[in-house]
Amino acid sequence: MIALAWSAVKVGYALGFGFGLAGLLGWVERKQSAVLQDRIGANRADIFGWRIIGLFHPLADGIKLMTKEDFVPRGVLRPFHGLAPALSLGCGLLCLAALPFGGEFQMAGRTWSLQPWPSPVGLVYVLAFLGLGVHGVVMAGYASGSNYGLLGGLRGAAQMVAYEVCMAAVLAGPMFLYGTLDLQEAVRAQGRLIGGVLPAWGVFTQPLAFLLFLVAGTAASKRIPFDLPEGESEIVGYHVEYAGMKFGMFMISDFVENIVVCGLGAALFLGGWQVPFVSLAGPLGAVLMLAAFLAKTCALLFLLMQVRWTLPRLRFDQLLDLGWKSLLPLALANFMLTVWAVWLLRRLSWL
Amino acid sequence: MAVTVRPVTRPARGLWEQVYLIEVLRGLGVTFRHFFVNLWRHVLALLGRRAAAGAVTIQYPEQPAVLGRRARTRHRLLRRPDGAPRCTACLLCETICPAKCIRITAEESPDPMVEKRARSFDIDVGMCVFCGHCVEACPVDAIHMDSSQVELASYTRAGMIWNMESLMREKR
Repeated sequence: MIALAWSAVKVGYALGFGFGLAGLLGWVERKQSAVLQDRIGANRADIFGWRIIGLFHPLADGIKLMTKEDFVPRGVLRPFHGLAPALSLGCGLLCLAALPFGGEFQMAGRTWSLQPWPSPVGLVYVLAFLGLGVHGVVMAGYASGSNYGLLGGLRGAAQMVAYEVCMAAVLAGPMFLYGTLDLQEAVRAQGRLIGGVLPAWGVFTQPLAFLLFLVAGTAASKRIPFDLPEGESEIVGYHVEYAGMKFGMFMISDFVENIVVCGLGAALFLGGWQVPFVSLAGPLGAVLMLAAFLAKTCALLFLLMQVRWTLPRLRFDQLLDLGWKSLLPLALANFMLTVWAVWLLRRLSWL
Repeated sequence: MAVTVRPVTRPARGLWEQVYLIEVLRGLGVTFRHFFVNLWRHVLALLGRRAAAGAVTIQYPEQPAVLGRRARTRHRLLRRPDGAPRCTACLLCETICPAKCIRITAEESPDPMVEKRARSFDIDVGMCVFCGHCVEACPVDAIHMDSSQVELASYTRAGMIWNMESLMREKR
């Protein structure tokens, strides 16, 4: 009974993490771009005259999308048109289950795990559902009965195939180093200190993999400069025939995918919930772990958002070239280097 | 006419640019600098300190719009020293107007030195294209477009028609 209640709490936290950050990202996207482009940004929505630097805008957007007419054009494939946004958002949310929001802590004579679904194959699970999310995109494009939607869906499929391969190849390096596919174990493996000063985070032990992961992750979550499935200036994209909250679900699922990628990056490369030089135990440690993971995820989200407002969109052949010809060979080279280095270090019994 | 060909050499991309990553980092440097400098200025302004503006935005309805010195705005009819309108109802502005938005009815002027004057002078601002030809055409410098008024919206079409009295009002 307690276990069930604790699971419910964890699931609630994961969903809150996803939806809360997704809602906030809509605001961050507008405000961050405004500040870096010497503008002010959205600041008009108010409640009783309180504006709080535009923080009510996501709320206003949500209410608008909810109350808008759910317009379904003639000629769409009925069940699939409605199913696509749910599939897209559902896959993104399911990824959140395996993220290590925190480690374990002792309270009232029990050990509590802060990961919603502790799984020995957490990484494979996250990658699988991140990849499955594109089915929603393809389905939306196909079921829309619109050429532009179809083009967007196909672009999404080609992009996902290219960058899922890269993503897996990139993550092979750190996973070999940590010796596990369990995200919780991977975070624990980063708890050591190198030479007593540098935390053994993935970003220090696998710098190339970190860079490649950021690129592949941006592409996997369909963010600029890789937002070709959307491509609002050329084809409006796979969600061109969607209105109201169905469109909103695609938007949220994009944000959620972004959050998942950044959470994965924080877990594998930034030491997850680890706080260097601090031992985490007990309820206070749990809060610190949750805060550390949240802060690291937000830092990565901030970086990706900055990239989004810095770079223009790639052309599609450039995108595939980058994926297959640069990213994949580099990722495989990184993996081989890691294997050799680990073998050498084991030989010299330094590891 | 001979066709001239000017060969344009494309800038060569060295390895440095082709790596792309370095150029991305430079771009990120620019956006990060803008972000943090502007954020710092916003924070200073929020704390009530004097600082350079963090944004170039003009919050229009609250802050007045900044118009160019020569911007063509709503028409203004000028007066003589005695307060009567300068207009002599020569109809040159009405004739030249490409949008046909000026309508003048003339009457005899009580001044023996002036032949006519305008009994009514209506401008349909909703039809005006703000070309300024009426100002150029006027031989007696009776019409200007420098009232600095650009908020001309009205709920009715009739409300868009400005008569002589309202056109002679100074700013606003």
